[in-house]
Order: sequence, then C-alpha cells, then structure tokens
Amino acid sequence: MADFGFSISKPQSIDTNDMDVGRLQALEAKVPSFKRCINCGACTATCSAGQFGGFNIRRIHNLYRWDQRKGLEKELQQCMLCGKCTLVCPRGVNLRYLIIRLRKALADNK
Amino acid sequence: MKEREKPVHGDDNPKPREVKRRLKSTKRISRRKRLEFEEVELPLQVAIIGGGVAGMEAASVLTEHRCPVILFEARPELGVNVKNKYKIFPDFSDAGRLVETMTKAMDHPLITVNKDTEIVEIIREPDAYTLLDNKGVPHTVPAVLLASGYEPFDAKRKEELGFGIYEGVINSLQLEDMLREHKVLNSLGEDPRRIVFLQCVGSRDEKVGNHYCSKICCITAVKQAIEVKRQLPDTEVYVFYMDLRLWGQGYEELYREAQEQYSVRFVRGRISEAASTFDGRVQIKSEDTLLGQPLKMVTDLLVLMIGMEASPGTQKLGKTCGLEGPYGFVRSKSPHLEDNLSDKPGFFLAGTCKRPMHIAEAVNDGRAAALEIIKYLRK
Amino acid sequence: MTTKKHYWNEYQKEIADDKYFYERSCIRQTFFPGSETAFLRILKEELGKDILDVENQHTCTGIGFYSDIVPLETTMTIVARLFSLMTEAGYENYVPSCVTSFGVFSEIVDLWEHQPDMLEKARKILFETTGRTFELPKNIAHPSDIIYKFREELKEKMRYRLVNRFTGRPLKVVEHIGCHYAKIFPDKGVGKAEFPHVLAGMIESWGGEVVDYPERRHCCGFGFRQYVVRANRGYSVANSKKKFESMQPYEPDFIVTNCPGCTMFMDKWQYTIAEMEHKTYDKKGYGIPVLTYEEMAGLLLGYDPWELGLQLHQVQSERLLDKLGIHYDPNEKYKSVSGRILPNPEKPQYLRV
Ligand SMILES: Cc1cc2nc3c(=O)[nH]c(=O)nc-3n(C[C@H](O)[C@H](O)[C@H](O)COP(=O)(O)OP(=O)(O)OC[C@H]3O[C@@H](n4cnc5c(N)ncnc54)[C@H](O)[C@@H]3O)c2cc1C
Ligand code: SF4
Ligand code: SF4
Ligand code: SF4
Repeated sequence: MADFGFSISKPQSIDTNDMDVGRLQALEAKVPSFKRCINCGACTATCSAGQFGGFNIRRIHNLYRWDQRKGLEKELQQCMLCGKCTLVCPRGVNLRYLIIRLRKALADNK
Repeated sequence: MKEREKPVHGDDNPKPREVKRRLKSTKRISRRKRLEFEEVELPLQVAIIGGGVAGMEAASVLTEHRCPVILFEARPELGVNVKNKYKIFPDFSDAGRLVETMTKAMDHPLITVNKDTEIVEIIREPDAYTLLDNKGVPHTVPAVLLASGYEPFDAKRKEELGFGIYEGVINSLQLEDMLREHKVLNSLGEDPRRIVFLQCVGSRDEKVGNHYCSKICCITAVKQAIEVKRQLPDTEVYVFYMDLRLWGQGYEELYREAQEQYSVRFVRGRISEAASTFDGRVQIKSEDTLLGQPLKMVTDLLVLMIGMEASPGTQKLGKTCGLEGPYGFVRSKSPHLEDNLSDKPGFFLAGTCKRPMHIAEAVNDGRAAALEIIKYLRK
Repeated sequence: MTTKKHYWNEYQKEIADDKYFYERSCIRQTFFPGSETAFLRILKEELGKDILDVENQHTCTGIGFYSDIVPLETTMTIVARLFSLMTEAGYENYVPSCVTSFGVFSEIVDLWEHQPDMLEKARKILFETTGRTFELPKNIAHPSDIIYKFREELKEKMRYRLVNRFTGRPLKVVEHIGCHYAKIFPDKGVGKAEFPHVLAGMIESWGGEVVDYPERRHCCGFGFRQYVVRANRGYSVANSKKKFESMQPYEPDFIVTNCPGCTMFMDKWQYTIAEMEHKTYDKKGYGIPVLTYEEMAGLLLGYDPWELGLQLHQVQSERLLDKLGIHYDPNEKYKSVSGRILPNPEKPQYLRV
C-alpha cells in the first residue's frame, strides 16, 4: 500500500445505535435508584478519590449509560467505597452499591 | 387603535352616546342595590375576543354577575387549543372533557357565542369600543376582553430539524393525536423502537427571534414520554433538553417518575440537525453535554416540543390597539397588580395573549379579568 | 424529495442578469481548468452574456486566509485590488469562480458594512500602494448561481438529460454545496443553508433525481489547514468518508459540487480510501464520479468530455458517459492541446479506472 503519511481518523462520537441497552437495564434492575440521577455532580464533588486521580464517578456512570465500557473497570478501582457520594446525593442514588454492582457487571462482561 | 368621535353603526348596535347613558344608569342601579347587585342584569354586553379557556372562563364569571357577554371565536369551535391535546398535565386528565365542560357553560341565556367570527379591527369610541368582525359587522360595547391566545410554533421555521420534510419528524401536537388514537407508529407504520423528544423548539432560540421560555413544553415532554411508555413499554425514550424547567407543583415528581418508573432517559444537549436515513428513520446530531461527547443516534420518531407564540389575532389586535409587547404578545398595564388591565380604560386582557401560560393559569386569569370588568362597569 | 421543493423555493437570492466580471479560481485552473472554460463558453455562447475575464487578476488568498497564514489586512487589500479591476473595467457584478473566494468576498464586504473604518483602511492601503480606487460590487454571485438562474434556458439547448439510457430512470445525483457558499451567510445562497437549492435545482430541471442522504449537509472535510498540514489529513479524509458511507446505500450515479475544494477532495479521497482500506463506494470498485456543475451542464449540452477535462479527475467517468448515452473517443482521452498523445497515467492499485 502507498504510504500516505497519515491514517484515516476514527469517529469520536458515541454510537448509540450499536449499544446494548440490556446491560444498562440489568444494572438498573439491581440498583433502581440509579435511574433517578440528575447529573448534579455532588458525588464527584465530594469524592475523595476524585480529588487526585482524575476519577469522576458521575462521568463513569454516564458512560455506562451509553454502554461505553472501555477502561471503566480499571478506573473504578480508584474508588475506596467510602460511601460519601451516597451520603450527599439529592436524588437518593445508592452510589456505593451501584459501584459494587458496576464493578461486578464489568468483570462479568469482559 | 383608531379613535373617532362620531361613528357609523349598524341598527342593532347601541351608539356610544347610548352606551354612556346606559353606563350611567348601571351606576345608579348598583348604588341603589348595593348589597345584591349580582341579581341586577347589566344593560350592556361585554365583548370577549377569543373562545379559548381564558375567554370562556371570563364569560362564565361575567354571567354569574348578570353581565351579558358576546363571545367571538375565529374558529368554528371553542377551545381548540386545548382540545387538540389528549391528556393534559399535570394530572393526565382528559382535555376533551375539560373543554366540553367549559363549552357547555357557554350555553347560557346571557351569552351570545359567535363562532367563525374573527375580530379584525377595534375602534375606540368615547366610553365604548366598536369591534369589526370579518363579515364587516360592527359591535359597540363599553368593555372588551382580549383573550386571543397563542399559536403553537411552526416547526418548519427550524429547517434543520426537517419538520414537514421527513415523515419521522413530528411535533408534540401530532404526537397527542397519535396518543389519542393509541397509534404511535414510525413512518413505516411500525411500532417505534426508539423515540426522541427535543425541547425548546421555537423557544429560547435567537434564530427564530424568541428569547423566552414557553414554560409548558418541559412538563409536556415528561407527560408525553410517560404516555408513550404506558402505551409502548418496550420503546426506548430519550428527551434532549438544554435545561429542564419543571417548576410547577408535581412537575418535578413527574420527572422523577418518568425516570424511575418508565426509564425515560434525559440527555442534556440540543439536536442541531435531523435527516432521513436510507430506511426511513431519522438521524440526529447532538452532544451529550454532560459527557462532552457527540452522539450518533438514529430514531424512529423525532418529536419536536413546540413552544407558544402570540396568535396571529393577538399580534394583529395588539398592534392596532397599541398594546404590542415583546414577541407580539400584548402588554398589560403592570405585571403585578394590574395584569388584567391595559392602559386603555375598558380594555382588558386575559390568558396567553400576554405570555405563555398553562391551562389553570389562563383560566384563573380569565376569571380575574371578569372581576376587573365587573368592577369597572359598576364603578 | 418532492416535498422539499416548497421550502427551497421560499428563499431566492438576487442574481445579476448580465454584465459579469469574472474572477478565476486558483484550484479550478490547476485541477480542472475545463470547468472554467466551459463556464465562460456557456455564458458567452449559449446564453449570449457579457462576461469579462481580465488577465491581470490574482488569488483572493482564500486558502491562506482560512488557514490563518494570510492576515486580514492583506486579504482586504487583495479583495480591494480585485474590486478595482472590476471598477476600472466598468463592471458592477462580481462573479468569483471559487466558493472559497465567494466566502472571502462576502465576508470582507460584510465586515466593511459593519466596520466602515476597515473599508477606509482598505481604500487607503490600496491607493497608497497601487494608486487604485474601487467601488463595491452591486451584486456578488457565484457561477453556480448564474447557471441555476438560467437552468431552464440551458435545458432548451441540451442534447442529453440526466437519465439512465439503459433503464430510462432519472440518474441519482448527490449534490454537495461548499460550506462557504451559504453556511457563513445563508441569505447569500439560493435556498439558504440547510437545503440549498442551487445544484438541486439544476439536477431536477435537467431530469435527474437528488439523493437526500443523512450526511448531505456535512462538510467535505477539506477544511484548509486540515488539508494543508499533512498530519491533519486523516481528519480531512474521515469527513469525506463519513459522507461516502452515508450516501452509499442510495447507489448514486455521480456527485456534483459547486466548490473546487469539495470536487477535488470528494474525488481524490476516494482514491486514498481505496488505497488505504481497499474500500470503494460503488458496487464495482470504480468509485463515484465527482463533477463540477459546469462539467455536468457541459456534458448535457454536448461538449466533448475530454475537452471538459473529465480525464483529469481521479474517479473516471466513462461508465457515467455510457449511462448518459454520450459518445467519446477513448483514443482522444489523453491528447494534448497541440494534438500529441500523452502517455497514460499510472493506475492505482485498488481503485479501478
Ligand atoms: C404542545 C402544547 C401542549 C400543552 N399541554 C398543556 C397541558 O397538558 N396542560 C396545560 O395546562 N396546558 C397545556 N398547554 C397550554 C394550553 O394550551 C394553554 O394554556 C391554553 O390553551 C391557553 O388558553 P387561552 O384561552 O389563553 O388561549 P387559546 O387557547 O389560544 O384561545 C384563544 C382563542 O382565541 C381565538 N382568537 C384569536 N384571535 C382571534 C380574533 N381576532 N377573533 C376571534 N377569535 C380569536 C383563537 O382562535 C383561540 O381559539 C399546552 C400548550 C402547547 C403548545
Ligand atoms: S464511594 Fe467511591 S465514588 Fe463514592 S465518594 Fe467514596 S471513593 Fe468516591
Ligand atoms: S449526586 Fe446523585 S444525582 Fe448527583 S450526579 Fe451523583 S448520582 Fe447523580
Ligand atoms: S419549558 Fe422547557 S422546553 Fe419549553 S422553552 Fe422552557 S426550557 Fe424549553
């Protein structure tokens, strides 16, 4: 093949047409309060892990909503399960439990 | 507004001088029978322009106070702007039934309803107003209530969203029809796999000249999303919003219910383009702004949550009366204590001719305007 | 697509009738010079218009300007000089051949309208450096506007229609409008920005069918600096690829564009993609031919395909010519102006020619 000195860029957008909604629904069935999130960011703001490692729990669960799982498992290892996020959530999302289920779901679904 | 001293009148219409005379006698009557003046029939009619919920409620209250009313509705039916909905927020009650109840009340000896009658001009006389209808008939009355309402935004003006071009792009009123028929189908006549709602179509958008929020469409989307899910539990439903404005009593709770019970997914981002796909569905372009990433999405139906604009009647009459406010709505005397008054004595305002409102607000406003009119006539 | 006509017709821009001052395009002259020649021929011979093509003209700086290499003041002065050529020649209707130039002129004129001091500055610099003065044009129209305006007159003179000779069905045509034609100033484009009618109008009048595919309004990816810098070209080609993927299911017979950048990149990136990923967007591996609107008009008017310069495109057009029923002599394909037969170009490895 001719060497063009560049390669064709890959799409950066989230493809929602290919996603498997079933995975999200399974998680929501386990942690129904997850559906109520309004993306206020209180969880991220208070998260101890988030202050140093660039870890963002809100972003993680949003990515999972679109079935974007790449790298999430590793990222979630930063969580210390301290539960502060659950404490502050105005919509009563059981974040700590969500994280536990999410870790499991990610591990099971490799 | 045209003003004149000596107008020409049809035979049935009292002349301004006559209006003045009868007004004087009204005041005499009310002074005499101060305690029970509701029982005294006022000798003059009040004209109401617009047979929406605001106009109809005002008519009911006026007749309760024995005041004769002549109601003009440009369309062949009363209450069309509510009747064109299926179930209304916040309680999912039946829009048709609400209009039916209100329309029934118009069947009253003191109310003359003129349907198919558009008021095209208003002339200010000394102590009276002469309204000209589309048939050229003048009506002279001592007091006028403008309740000429709103017009749903014409989404064709947002060309990029493909309304009126692609069959899969519909507006919220068309969805109401589908919900009423229990036939929410995609353009191929199949059950939709996915439905996307887009908020703020025609509102909060400099490109169409409307900076304001229509304030009913956020909750309408929540209501419709729930309706869709009740009829089609397996359909994925997304609502794309810029801000969610769920300000009324019970609205936030309904939003929560939509998320929790019905798995409606709310995405912050404005859809900037819609196009038809090869298989007749709709491709949209948007960003999930909470993630900062663009989305690729194809949907069976794109529902545009159209806002409220001043109706053509409101715009026209507001202009001719010199009461033109922002965006073609009419301007009241002051927003706090004189919101049903205009700066013209005897000329009153009610409902969505002033600004976007939901039904209860428009109804309450019509009621309040009626009381202002009674106060004016009996003074 | 028929439902759309209604919206397209709602907005028509003003396009001068006659007496045009023509400004050539750097890219067009280099890569498909036959198009410019065809445009002048159509205007003069078919429509009997007065169009002036002067010798002492020069670049509009568009590519450099939009790549942030040329500063605003320079571009303004260049535009001022081109206008002075028009003024000196006694013309008032400016016709820039290139969509990028069209963007530059519209933008500079708009700037001058909003900031009269900048106009004064341009006048001053031009006068001090060249002793020239200028008037602003009465009308700026792109050549595609003019062909659009006279599409029905041209139709009368056409020998062919955009109809597949073998099936009798309208040819399926993808039309692509250069971003700088109407996205910067929607009012300056026929049909405005979302559903421009300038090329669609020609296609419909001449018997073809416009393909409305999802990425119709997406940029071709040229993007100036995105192409100029080699490391950025992957981004540029990805945009074209997005469009090709989106149009592929409709099996278009050809693509027509009104911007030299788009013509070039939608044509040449097909080669790049074929060589890099072994992918073509037609069924047989030849790619989708990309024409300019003058080439399309010229073919239908019966002009010789090789004189129009179709052989200079990357994707070859013989199969399209066959569908149109247009005769061509394969032996004349690579003949120079002086009549010498030139050697055949090297063949790509994957893209069939
Ligand atoms: C998509 C959508 C959904 C909605 N859903 C809900 C809901 O679920 N719940 C809720 O509470 N509210 C809802 N609303 C709001 C509701 O429709 C309005 O609050 C209500 O209709 C306002 O009543 P109105 O009498 O002020 O005006 P209108 O209903 O507009 O009535 C005005 C009348 O005046 C007539 N008219 C105008 N000019 C003239 C003239 N010159 N001469 C004679 N007649 C004239 C018009 O024909 C019209 O019938 C919704 C609105 C929209 C756009
Ligand atoms: S439980 Fe995890 S995500 Fe929540 S605050 Fe603690 S460290 Fe952060
Ligand atoms: S605090 Fe609760 S509602 Fe807010 S972003 Fe976190 S999970 Fe969502
Ligand atoms: S109510 Fe919601 S959808 Fe309607 S204009 Fe306001 S913010 Fe937009």
